[in-house]
Amino acid sequence: MKPVPFAYHRPASLEEALALLERYGPDSRVLAGGQSLVPALNMRLAAPAALIDINRLPGLDGISLEPGGLVIGALVRHGVVEDSALVARHAPLIAQAMPHVGHRAIRTRGTVGGSVALADPAAELPACLIALDAMVRVAGRGSRRDIPAQRFFRGIYTTDLAPGEIVTAVVVPPIGPGWSSRFAELARRHGDFALVGLAAHCRVDGGVIKEARLAFCGVGPAPVRAVRAEAVLSGRRLDPDVVAEAGSALDADLDPPGDVHGSPALRRHLARVLLARTVAQIVA
Amino acid sequence: MSQIEKGRSYIGESVVRPQTARLLAGRGVFTDDITLPRMLHVAFVRSPHAHARILSIDSTAARALPGVVAVVTGEEMAGVCSGWVGTLAHFQGMKSAMQRPLAVGRATWQGEPVAAVVAERRAVAEDGVSRVRVEWAPLPAVTDPETALDPSTPVIHPELGDNLAFKLELNSGDADAAFKGADAVLTETFTMGRHTGVTLEARAILADFDPSERRLTVYHSFQAPNMMQDILARHLGLPEQDVRVICKDVGGSFGIKVHIYPDEMATCALSVMLGSPVKFTADRLESFVSDIHAREHRVKAELAVKRDGTILGMRVDDLTGIGPYSVYPRTSAVEGNQTIRLTPGVYRFRDYAASLRVVFQNKTPMCQYRAVGHPIAFAVMEAMVDRAARGLGLDPVEVRRKNYVTAEMYPHTSQTGYFFERLSHEEALDKLLEISDYRALCAERDALRARGVHRGLGLCAFIELTTPGPAFYGVGGARISSQDGCTIKLEPSGKLTCMTGVTEQGQGTDTMIAQVVASAVGVAMEDVRVLTGDTMVSPYGGGTWASRGAGIGGEAALQTGKTIRANILKVAAAILQCEPEDLDIRLGKIVDTLTGEIRLDLAELGRVAYFRPDTLPKDFQSELTVTRHYVPRHQGFAFTNGIQLSHVEVDVETGLVRLLKHWCVEDCGRIINPRLVDEQMRGAIVQGIGAALYEHLVYDEQGQLLSGTMMDYLVPMAAEMPDIVVGHVETPTTYSEGGFKGAGEAGTAGAPGAVLNAVNDALAPFGARVTSQPITPEVVLKALGAL
Amino acid sequence: MDEAFQISLTVNGVAVSRSVEPRQSLVDFLRYDLELTGSHVGCEHGVCGACTVRVDGALVRGCLMLAVQCDGSRVETIEGIAGTGEVFDLQQAFAQENALQCGFCTSGMLLTAQDLLARMPGANAQEIREALSGNYCRCTGYHSIVEAVRKTAEARRRA
Repeated sequence: MKPVPFAYHRPASLEEALALLERYGPDSRVLAGGQSLVPALNMRLAAPAALIDINRLPGLDGISLEPGGLVIGALVRHGVVEDSALVARHAPLIAQAMPHVGHRAIRTRGTVGGSVALADPAAELPACLIALDAMVRVAGRGSRRDIPAQRFFRGIYTTDLAPGEIVTAVVVPPIGPGWSSRFAELARRHGDFALVGLAAHCRVDGGVIKEARLAFCGVGPAPVRAVRAEAVLSGRRLDPDVVAEAGSALDADLDPPGDVHGSPALRRHLARVLLARTVAQIVA
Repeated sequence: MSQIEKGRSYIGESVVRPQTARLLAGRGVFTDDITLPRMLHVAFVRSPHAHARILSIDSTAARALPGVVAVVTGEEMAGVCSGWVGTLAHFQGMKSAMQRPLAVGRATWQGEPVAAVVAERRAVAEDGVSRVRVEWAPLPAVTDPETALDPSTPVIHPELGDNLAFKLELNSGDADAAFKGADAVLTETFTMGRHTGVTLEARAILADFDPSERRLTVYHSFQAPNMMQDILARHLGLPEQDVRVICKDVGGSFGIKVHIYPDEMATCALSVMLGSPVKFTADRLESFVSDIHAREHRVKAELAVKRDGTILGMRVDDLTGIGPYSVYPRTSAVEGNQTIRLTPGVYRFRDYAASLRVVFQNKTPMCQYRAVGHPIAFAVMEAMVDRAARGLGLDPVEVRRKNYVTAEMYPHTSQTGYFFERLSHEEALDKLLEISDYRALCAERDALRARGVHRGLGLCAFIELTTPGPAFYGVGGARISSQDGCTIKLEPSGKLTCMTGVTEQGQGTDTMIAQVVASAVGVAMEDVRVLTGDTMVSPYGGGTWASRGAGIGGEAALQTGKTIRANILKVAAAILQCEPEDLDIRLGKIVDTLTGEIRLDLAELGRVAYFRPDTLPKDFQSELTVTRHYVPRHQGFAFTNGIQLSHVEVDVETGLVRLLKHWCVEDCGRIINPRLVDEQMRGAIVQGIGAALYEHLVYDEQGQLLSGTMMDYLVPMAAEMPDIVVGHVETPTTYSEGGFKGAGEAGTAGAPGAVLNAVNDALAPFGARVTSQPITPEVVLKALGAL
Repeated sequence: MDEAFQISLTVNGVAVSRSVEPRQSLVDFLRYDLELTGSHVGCEHGVCGACTVRVDGALVRGCLMLAVQCDGSRVETIEGIAGTGEVFDLQQAFAQENALQCGFCTSGMLLTAQDLLARMPGANAQEIREALSGNYCRCTGYHSIVEAVRKTAEARRRA
């Protein structure tokens, strides 16, 4: 499986990259980590006229703490996020999710920006960003935008990115006191795409979930904030009835796909199980 | 002169394989690693439809692409390479249509090659493939074996009359009477999912035709070079002696690489047509859709039992859907034939009735894959035994013991005509119970159940056919060699070079042969070099299949070793002017039999024999290159036996099955290298686990493969696999001097049954059970009524 | 449409300068242009790990990187790593335990195991299994590979 022939550009600056994007339009693809793009190229599912390799763009591979929150540059590798003390401290949900992303060799190359821009429905990071109310920072020629994650992920491989824009960073707002997070997923094998994943970020007080942010991946075209389930859980002490009620509410939140790995019914069921187990762990 | 210890035998020793040094340094030579001058690459236009007429093929744009050398269709190739039919005379009534290297007029499976693009590089060949314009007229696809024989279902090959490839009925004793007299009758339908080998090195072949001599040399990732040589010669119209097949390192085969593939035949034909070397390396997407598939079966089983657990009789109805062709030359009837013949073989009840229907479908062709038929046979039998035990409130161990063919019953012929010289079911069972601490595991399982942790234990007893005799394929008309040969040559340096007709794919054939030869002659293993897999150099043989390497290749090596030993001693006696009986060979030295005193070095013997024969008696001729052949004649197969135990934990909320541990006790006769046998068991067991839990080639109703990538087809990976403990019993066969039997497939034969039984044991408290494989979370949750 | 791109890099310590097609993967470049055939291609999906090499000291799937991306990089393959003696004890352990049969997955396994032991010298059997879970082996069933890595880890800790 060899890719189609394509031109290759390696811009040295963001402006150069954006100019190339504008020049090629939809006939180009941005190459960052390549861990999703290159398989697609190998299978000829992607057949661009040009590849714009952004790996040399300066200033996009840092993790820093700013007043607005934790800024993770688009070119930061998953492996660096996984090992980062700053992320562990200021976005523990993301740190918990990283070991589930593929395998070590994938995480060496795969990038935060790439995962966000690809918007695979089973990907862990988009769900984490939604649960954390994060922003996706985007740059186009002469424009800079910050887009709430909740709005950014629109559907299967579909985001709010306009033609000619690239993701430059994600920004996770400061986490207030009392918030605790847990990432969990169910998969057939270690490192596989999740059958169902849950990025849970909750404010817990005295054993009661005061506020819940529950973002599921693998259960729809895009990560889903389970708002009905969140509403059921908010302000209530967990008991089996409450959890069951949240599970029923979750059914209305989700519209999972069927594929060779499982039917919609399976994913609904697993989402309910994951919900029950994860909130129990968060409260404990 | 010093004493020397009495000879050394390597039989039974876990010698480290010398080949590992090369492979660990990254110096393996796999077929895709080989380049030849002016080598070209081929990629194939493959049918996207399961069934479609080919209206036209326009290769103009493809041929215009720089770097593309040729585009060839089925019609153009037909004159160079003749087609083939995958039937054998001893499968009475079997029928199949002619298959060609490139389809002509019609494609009958998604992935079937219909045109070949040859180019300077593989990437360019693929570019060419994308430019070939094929006009298709899709036809209805036949994909459900259950309805394949309905009058309303289209017949894939009208000239055959229907979609039935083969059918068979077996009757032993009187099953009807047995069922009438039963205290309980159990009925179950098992659905076994289609899966495939997924060798890490995909299929690869490099064909090099020299038009000046009209000689074809083929480098092939394959198990049976002589078989390929024979078929290439006949179908390309070349003399057999002008076709040479060389198998260098093979990255896993497991039966996948012992069949005839249209794309590989096409590659050889292209080399003949172009007069250049042509390489084909399947990529992973091609592999899924074109490697042979296996084990798609629906088995209805009925078991008649007495209240005390005695099995009275059994009925089995097996329906299997293969592809649109029976695969050449071994046929796609063998898997089903073995399934129904093996099913009752562990047990002594006589009343058994079985029927088999093998039907055509528009899916990838199916054929022999490691442990052919065995995993299905024993999953079915052992699941029924466990269910009977559970239903009658009896111990599954004791029910097996009660029904086994026991020690005093040998030699024994099974319900279906298989001959067993001697097996060791009871010993193996006792050993398994001991090494696994089975009773303690049962107690722990019971205690954990009360705490909501659901563990299960599953047994699977099995037999395994190995070391096949001459009637297996040859009797049906196939030019497949059931005999094998070994050549040993003493070099002037006193070391041995050995050539064998059995082949190496990582199981340790080279090492095993060296162990036998070194032991038989009396030299150190380090002094033996083994060469396999070159038809011009190796004695004519069968290669690797049906676990024949040790039993047949090992015995041939033993006989050859003994013969050259005698010849060496004759030379030594001539040099030393004594009798051969006065001398022995130990650790590479000629010694006095009685005193052990070293009389002569083998290097010195070599020097004299090759360079100074003038010093030897005038009427004496040294014969220091010897070949012996061997074919087992006394039994159809050297059956082996064993029993496996799987320990699982089922998460009844998610349906996920966690493998805690796995045990296998097996009896493969006299063991040459225990570690290599253990490792064959482990690898084979994990392949069986893959089928039990993960691997499934899923087709839709249009015959489109839905799980044809490494993301969708789940192979077992390290994190989910258990530790595997292997124990041994040794019952050598008395029909050969070495007593060796085969060991390569036994692990796969018993693993799926053990896992299936373990899962059902875990689900038993819920009154739930699963009867299909792979056992996915969906299957478990449905059984529990949660979905 | 796809003009060749000039790259300069070091491979196993040797400076290399070549003109490559942008679409060519790193592992194909190593295997065909440099004839370093010790790294293998098993899937081109990034799933099986047979193509695992080291780029700038980190573990990478050779089928998921383009050769052009390695301009200026330091690439190490099994041939180089075996030559330095860095994995000698792992190789010995693999041979002793028969942690390889056909050998096709072996270079990937060795590199992955070495990377694990460098990051996690105290890795236990389950951690070893998880670290190797991106490397497909069809022959061994993994048991002996895990044993070989575990024994090597123990020996290194004792040393």
